[in-house]
Amino acid sequence: CSTCCSSRCSSPPPSPRSPAPRRALGGTWRPGGCAGGAAAAPRAAGGEQPEKTSGAAMEIVYVYTKKRSDFGRPCNFSERAAEVAVDIAPDPGAAAAFVPRNPVDAHVQHASDMSEHEVNTERVEVETRGVNHTEGGWPKDINPHELEQTIRFRKKVEKDENYINTITHLGTLMEHCIKQNNAINIYEDYFGEEEMAEVEDEPPSAKTINVMRDPNITKRTATHLSWHPDGCKKLAVAYSSLEFQQNVKDMSFDSYIWDLENSNKPELVLKPSSPLVSLEYNPKDSHILAGGCYNGQIAYWDTRKGRLPVEVSTVEFSHRDPVYGAIWLQSKTGTECFSASTDGQVLWWDIRKLSEPTETLVLDISRKGLLENALGAISLEFEPTMPTKFMVGTEQGIIITCNRKAKTPPEKIAGTYSGHHGPVYALSRNPFYPKFFLTVGDWTARIWSEESKESSIMWTKYHLSYLTDGCWSTVRPAVFFTTKMDGTLDIWDFLFKQNDPSLSLKICDEPLFSLRLQDNGCVVGCGSKLGTVTLLEISSGLCTLQKNEKTLATAMFERETKREKILEARHREMRLKERARAEGRDEEPREEAEEESSAELLQRVRSDFLEAIEAELRRRAQAEAKRLRAKVPGTEEEEESKLPEFEGEEEEEEEEEEEEEGDATKVS
Amino acid sequence: MAEVEETLKRIHAHKGVVGTIVVNAEGIPIRTTLDNSTTVQYAGLLHQLTMKARSTVRDIDPQNDLTFLRIRSKKHEIMVAPDKEYLLIVIQNPCE
Repeated sequence: CSTCCSSRCSSPPPSPRSPAPRRALGGTWRPGGCAGGAAAAPRAAGGEQPEKTSGAAMEIVYVYTKKRSDFGRPCNFSERAAEVAVDIAPDPGAAAAFVPRNPVDAHVQHASDMSEHEVNTERVEVETRGVNHTEGGWPKDINPHELEQTIRFRKKVEKDENYINTITHLGTLMEHCIKQNNAINIYEDYFGEEEMAEVEDEPPSAKTINVMRDPNITKRTATHLSWHPDGCKKLAVAYSSLEFQQNVKDMSFDSYIWDLENSNKPELVLKPSSPLVSLEYNPKDSHILAGGCYNGQIAYWDTRKGRLPVEVSTVEFSHRDPVYGAIWLQSKTGTECFSASTDGQVLWWDIRKLSEPTETLVLDISRKGLLENALGAISLEFEPTMPTKFMVGTEQGIIITCNRKAKTPPEKIAGTYSGHHGPVYALSRNPFYPKFFLTVGDWTARIWSEESKESSIMWTKYHLSYLTDGCWSTVRPAVFFTTKMDGTLDIWDFLFKQNDPSLSLKICDEPLFSLRLQDNGCVVGCGSKLGTVTLLEISSGLCTLQKNEKTLATAMFERETKREKILEARHREMRLKERARAEGRDEEPREEAEEESSAELLQRVRSDFLEAIEAELRRRAQAEAKRLRAKVPGTEEEEESKLPEFEGEEEEEEEEEEEEEGDATKVS
Repeated sequence: MAEVEETLKRIHAHKGVVGTIVVNAEGIPIRTTLDNSTTVQYAGLLHQLTMKARSTVRDIDPQNDLTFLRIRSKKHEIMVAPDKEYLLIVIQNPCE
């Protein structure tokens, strides 16, 4: 059937389709369609029945039969009126499914449709390989390896006249330049000294020089960065997920060592048994790294030996919480390190024997050594110039200084500094003035002096997002860096401006977790939550020592320390008074006396002051009198009368003073 | 022949001259006072650089031509005197 292509169609084909002559002839017309390989036998007009199709061969065949005698007949077209073939009236019921739209905006544009597409080629993997060059350019008949042939060739060239002329000509040209060079060094540095005097007034800026991303699919936080001790050409990054109990099953435990030349692929993969939270290069031996794991173990690697740790500490004697700080100690053997964790312990290890720690310390500030009272350590600080002291920053916001060489374990805790509202995420001593240290925690960064234990001497304003890490600049004493949870890196120059950072850069949209400055002070690396480590080079203004900076910085720190000391003293006095007031509240007359004493203190001070003035006036009056006595003896009386008045006042004051002194003794 | 020898010897005898190389148009070193590997390296690289320099000069002004090329580096100065067929390269350590 030509309309519905089915083999069992019983509807007659529409009439306009049928060839006219056949109609007129009443020729054979098979209603019901197509049959497979049907017979062309004419049928009786009456017998209009759908023919049964032979089911096996389902070919769709259109059979057109015509009598032989009908071929060649002239066409006999006749005209006839138009007649409606099909009339399909609209179904008003269907309109109910539609809503009229008025007005209708239709636009017409005679332009081709464009669509935007982006194409990004796949990242090209580049590898450096050496290529072996062989000498080229030799004519085909000469084998460059054959010495004889090459010598012969050369000799032939040298005999060429053109050669001789050329060389002579070029020789004179060359000699001229050589002599020129020898005569004056025209490229010498003429204004070398003056260059240094130029003060660079350019605003501070930083340039991203490298970005290294976590190659795994599930991204982990870059929790700790450590530069290679010689030359800082490599960076060891510890990756772990610090989200509590949110570890995805297929998260890899690897940490990487990146070579700065190749930021697409890590140079070495370190495979610990549990993700590393902290990782440090041994400053003495650049092949050894110590890492603290998420499960509390300590492991150490030798880069020459491969990706698995050389040794791992035993689980029983390790920490019970992630090891947030692991630092190498300054020892003769260069194999000692110590670690701190939020389980409240600080453990010392010798990497030759990691089965158990050599020493332990419980961070209990009540000095009883109870683990239940211990504070969780979240940052650790050690300065090689002061090998017996170290500092621990705790989750509770308290900084504990410890002395390693104390006799008894409780005495190891030398002092505490409190002032942060939240965990102290970073702790670092000023490389120029180790007495001052920087702490980063909650929403501020604070600078402390070892002498003032009550509070920090300087602090930044409260930011909108949490501060996660910070460190001092290694070249400028008053410059430090901080990173925040909103992905910004701030560079503060405290001598220049204390209210705002000198430079604030938004590195990425995710929080930044770790920060590490290279030893030259120019390049800083920061690690983010998705494992991206960005290396930035800061402008020379922020990493070159200015002229008087050291003295100015010392002066500033001293001034602030002094201010804090004065404030502390005042606070102490006020506290004493409060205490005294609390004691004296039982007896009323005492109370009045106390109240009076503070008022009388003022009185006393005033009277002392007035007395001094009056004494001076008196002296002057006496001098005047002496002069005038020579002239007029009468005025003597007047001055003398003044004196008893003063004396009377003095007596009154003395009485008051006696009273006060009596009260003062009661107070003390 | 003797002239060439004399010229090259004279050049090499100047103060500070480290090496002298004569290279032909195909980059084959004809005469050299340095060792083979260094010579081959200098020959290949400077040949290309001279071609580039020459084409630069001529692109800017077609009637101009390169007469001399001097490359001053931290350690020494490389001087190249180009010609149609040959190249004379001298490496000199200028006096300080």
